[in-house]
Order: sequence, then structure tokens, then C-alpha cells
Amino acid sequence: MSDDHSKHHIVQPTTYATILGALLLFTVLTYYVAFIDLGVLSNFVAMGIAVTKGSLVVLFFMHIFYSTRLLWVVVAGSFGWLGLMLVLTLGDYITRHWDIQHRIFF
Amino acid sequence: MSAHVIESKPLVVEHKEEQENYLTAGYTLKSWFLTLDHKRIAILYLLSVTTMFFVGGIFASLMRLELMTPQSDLFEPDNFNKLFTMHGIVMVFFFIIPAVPGVLGNFLLPLMIGAKDVAFPRLNLLSWYVYIVGAAFTMFTIVSGGVDTGWTFYTPYSTSSSQTHVVPVVLGLFITGFSSILTGLNFMVTIHRMRAPGLSWFRLPLMVWSIYATSIIQILGTPVIAVTLMMAALEKVLRIGIFDPNLGGDPVLFQHLFWFYSHPAVYIMIVPGMGVINEVVTCFSRRSIFGYRAIAFANVGFVVFSFVVWGHHMIVAGQSVYSALIFSILSYLVGIFSAIKVFNWTATMYKGSISFDTPMLYVFGFQGLFLIGGLTGLFLAALGFDVHVHDTYFVVAHFHYVMVGGLVMAFLAGIHFWWPKMFGKKYPESIAKFAMILVFAGFNLTFFPQFILGYLGMPRRYASYPDEFQVLNVMSTAGGSVLGLGFLLIAAYMVWSLVFGKKAGMNPWKATGLEWEHTTSPPPTENFYETPIVNEDPYNYANRDFTKDFNKEVKLGA
Repeated sequence: MSDDHSKHHIVQPTTYATILGALLLFTVLTYYVAFIDLGVLSNFVAMGIAVTKGSLVVLFFMHIFYSTRLLWVVVAGSFGWLGLMLVLTLGDYITRHWDIQHRIFF
Repeated sequence: MSAHVIESKPLVVEHKEEQENYLTAGYTLKSWFLTLDHKRIAILYLLSVTTMFFVGGIFASLMRLELMTPQSDLFEPDNFNKLFTMHGIVMVFFFIIPAVPGVLGNFLLPLMIGAKDVAFPRLNLLSWYVYIVGAAFTMFTIVSGGVDTGWTFYTPYSTSSSQTHVVPVVLGLFITGFSSILTGLNFMVTIHRMRAPGLSWFRLPLMVWSIYATSIIQILGTPVIAVTLMMAALEKVLRIGIFDPNLGGDPVLFQHLFWFYSHPAVYIMIVPGMGVINEVVTCFSRRSIFGYRAIAFANVGFVVFSFVVWGHHMIVAGQSVYSALIFSILSYLVGIFSAIKVFNWTATMYKGSISFDTPMLYVFGFQGLFLIGGLTGLFLAALGFDVHVHDTYFVVAHFHYVMVGGLVMAFLAGIHFWWPKMFGKKYPESIAKFAMILVFAGFNLTFFPQFILGYLGMPRRYASYPDEFQVLNVMSTAGGSVLGLGFLLIAAYMVWSLVFGKKAGMNPWKATGLEWEHTTSPPPTENFYETPIVNEDPYNYANRDFTKDFNKEVKLGA
């Protein structure tokens, strides 16, 4: 088993500053987008910005961008698990009020 | 798997048995309560979970006593509600979940992989303290007034109507959850980074695979229940609308989030128990495990599928019929992994040289009872049947067959199997066999009538019931008495053996495995006198000489 601890990547302060700037920019963007009526796209845009911000935090502030493949798998697996919870729960909410005309099997 | 040439040499111990071991390394309270030794922490867990088991058992006994008669005689219905809630909370969160990982996992994991300790010994001790703080918190609030929501804390009752101590109990469970997460994290890192030279993934004992799978579920699932319970507490205190429809929330959302953890929690409970069965069934059949890789990957299958079946708890809860259909199908699929294991254990025994020592008797008990528990689980995954028996004693019987018939049997198998290793002493075998029969008979007499009661329509969680159900309830209570006697007898002879038991020697069962063949009983604080090198597959009983007396061999080296 290799010693991964000896391979820590040192992130430059400028990288952190850039990511911080991007996060602040996206926050401002979230604020202004909220005033624009995008119809059904509103939620998708808001969630898209939030996911982008979250990804930046995970990749750079949590150092995953510079980490081993095993850690990538761990992160991907964790989000996959979260996805399972969201998809199956939302599956209930989306189909709960389907009336008889939508029924496929019976 | 290919056969390997064994180059094992006899362990030369030079009277190390009489020398210091982890039990004699210190006698002060400080040496126990500040210990970083995983074996001592395992003993602390053993004492804690056993205490909680008997506390939960007292609640169960009082419930069964009340249910002797159709009327509510001993307890007011409100107090009966508290009784079954306390039984559920104590047993689920403070006994079943931590029992095998906390006790057997802690004691065995480093020994099985040839390590000196777990990866983070201080974190390990912290896990136990967090468990104790959570348990003390919960017990105090239970004693000071209790809670009546059932162990599931269903909303909106728990957050809006219940006048009992929901918030403090929930906080106690929130705290305890961290113990589970930290233990899982510790075990995963230990398995990844501290295996002995030569101990590749497919040479690991299957118990280790089970612990690894359990750890993944603990890490992924426990935060969800912690956050969910905290949201329920916040709704109750601050009236934030999350689950209460009067505040704009959705009570079914609570059930989704609760069961997203609590169904996988069933696998936190049973998978390490299955790990124990692998070790015991091979030893007492004198055969290598049948289908090593299939069983190993079945553990991984449990991890994945345990997280996608939770909706079968909510079939009549207002969930979409389409969701119910999908969850039903997925629930059937999870049975495949149980079947892989049960068939492989049976195949392992086929043409084996089976001996009927106490641990193996518990394995037989496990096989039969878990089979009934598992198959009735398939009944409950069937939509139509579930509607009929939902919230009846059929469900109670089903999960007790899985949890007690499965996990407790496996836990007792493990405790009896490794007791000589843990304490270096033998327990009285005849009495142990008698106790096993008491437990097995008492268990079936307690819970089989409950299948019938449930099928006939007796709902659970009521202190009174129609007269026609009395005979079956009396049978159940009588069985509970026998079961309780069995457990008390086990506790009595185990304690007796610590003082009066004969010395067990290094490997009384002539089992394979690093913990049996490479260290003494009890092991020294550092586990091994020299780091073992693994050069064969696990359960290599075909290449062992069973006429050899391992214990004499140890002394030869002196």
C-alpha cells in the first residue's frame, strides 16, 4: 500500500482567491437571476448555479481536484448515494398524483 | 481460489500465555477508561451493549406481561406506548446496531488483519464515549418521563401532538449516531491501510468484508437519520414547517428520510452477524467456505440495494403507487444476496466434518430463523399482502425473526466462538448447549404465534385486544419467559467462566485465521509477538492437521 500522505499538493493562494471570487460572482448572479422570470427554468438555473458553486468548493477547497482516484471514487459514490435518495424520493412526489389516465400497467 | 502451499511455522511463544496480556496490562479504572487498546474498548462495548440489552429486555418483559390478558391491566395505554417505544429505541440504537461492530468488530478486526490496533485508536475510544453519552442522555430522558412515539418518531405526531420528551431523546440518538459514523470510518481506514503483508483483499476473512460493508452503510446512512431527527426536533421547538402539514410540511417526507437510513440500518445489524456465521460455519465444518467471492460481493450488493428498498415500509403511508411498485420489485432483488449467503453456507457444510459445539448450534439456529425472517420479508414486500398485515404482529414477528433470530443468534455464535480468545477461558459446554436450546425454543414460542396473530389482524402497539387472541398471546408471553431465562443463563455461565473456567489455550477450536494461529489467548496488548505474514487463502482447513494439539505446540516452544 502506497503512502499517499507524502503526495500532498500545495495549492497556491492565488487559486484560492480566484475560487473565492468565482463563488462571490455566482452568489451575485443567483441574486439577480431570482428577479428574472424564467418560468419552469427558474429552478434549473438556480440549482445549476448552486451545483457549480458546490463543485468548486469540493474540487478546490476540499482538494479533491488534486487527490487520488480513490478519493474521486469516494466523492462520486457519495453524490451517487445522495442522488439515489433524491431520485427515489422525488419519484414518489412526481407520480403521487398521477391519475388513472397516466397509469401504464393497470 | 487456488490452493497455496503452507509455509507456516509453529508459533513459538515461550510461556507468553503466562506473561502479560491485554487483560493483565493494567488493573486500574484509568487503565480501562483511558485505554487505546481496541480489545479493551471491545470489552467496554460488551459491557455497555449487554447492559442495554437487559434494559431493553426488561421493557419487553413488561410488555409481554401486560399482553397476558386482553384488558389493559398493568399499564395505562399511554404508558404502554412509552414501554414499546423505550424497548425499540434501546434495542435498536443501543444494542443491535453497535453490538457486533462495537464488540466483535473492535476485538477482531485488527487481529484478523494482523494489525496492532485500529487506524485511529483515540477516535475508537471517543466512539465509545460518544455512545455512552448518547445512551446516558437517552436513558435519562426516558426515565424522567419517556417518549411515546414508537422508535420511528413518525411525524406529525412526534412534532405536533406528542407531549412526551421527544426532543431530548432525539438529541441522544443524534449524539449516538456520531459513534456509529466514527467507528465505521475507523474500520474502513484500518482495513485499507493496516493489513498484514500478503493479506490481499481476497485473502481477507469474510468477517472483515462484512465489517467493511457495514462501515460503508454506517458512513453513508447515519448522517441522514441524524439530520432528519434534528429537523423533527427543530420543527417541534421552532415550528418550522418541514414535516407537519399544518405548517406546510409533508409527513411522508419524514418517512422517506427516516427509512433511507433505517432500512439500511437493518443491514448494519445483520451483515456483521453474517460475517460471524462465515467464520463459525467453516471452522465447525472443517471446510473452506463455498463461494468466497460470491459471499464477499454479496456484501457489496447489500450495501447498494439496502439503500433503494426503503419505500416498502411506506406502502400504505400515502406513497405513490408507482413508487410502491418499484420499491416492491427492488425489495425482492435484495433477497438474492441473502440467498447467495444462505446457499453458500449450506454448501459449505455439505460433506463437511460437522461438529455440534455451541457456536455451531447457534449457526444452525441462525440459518433456520433468518430463513423464516427473510422469507416473510418477501411476503411484506408484496404489495397486496403488505396492505393486509401492515402494522400488525406479523411485522413484529418478521423483524424479530431477522433481528433476534438472525443477529442475536449470530452475535451469540460469535461471542461463544471467540470467548476463549477474548478471555482465555472455556465456558461449560453442556450448559451452553442447554441455554442455546432454551433460547431457540423460547424465541420460537414467543414470536411464531405473533405471525398468526398478525395474519388474523391483531394490530401492534395496543395494550388491549379482543378475547379470541388471548391464547396466542399467552403462548407468546410464556415463550418470552423461556427466552429471558436462556439469556440470563448465558450471562451467568459466561461470568462464571471468567473465574472458574478452564484455560482455553491458543486455539481450542483448531480454527484457521491469524487471531487463532498467530497469537495467544488472550492476546498481548500489541496483538502479535511478530507481524504475521499471510501466504494462503482463508479457511484453508484442507491443509490443516486436526490431530495436532495447538496448545501443546505452544508449550513446545518454551
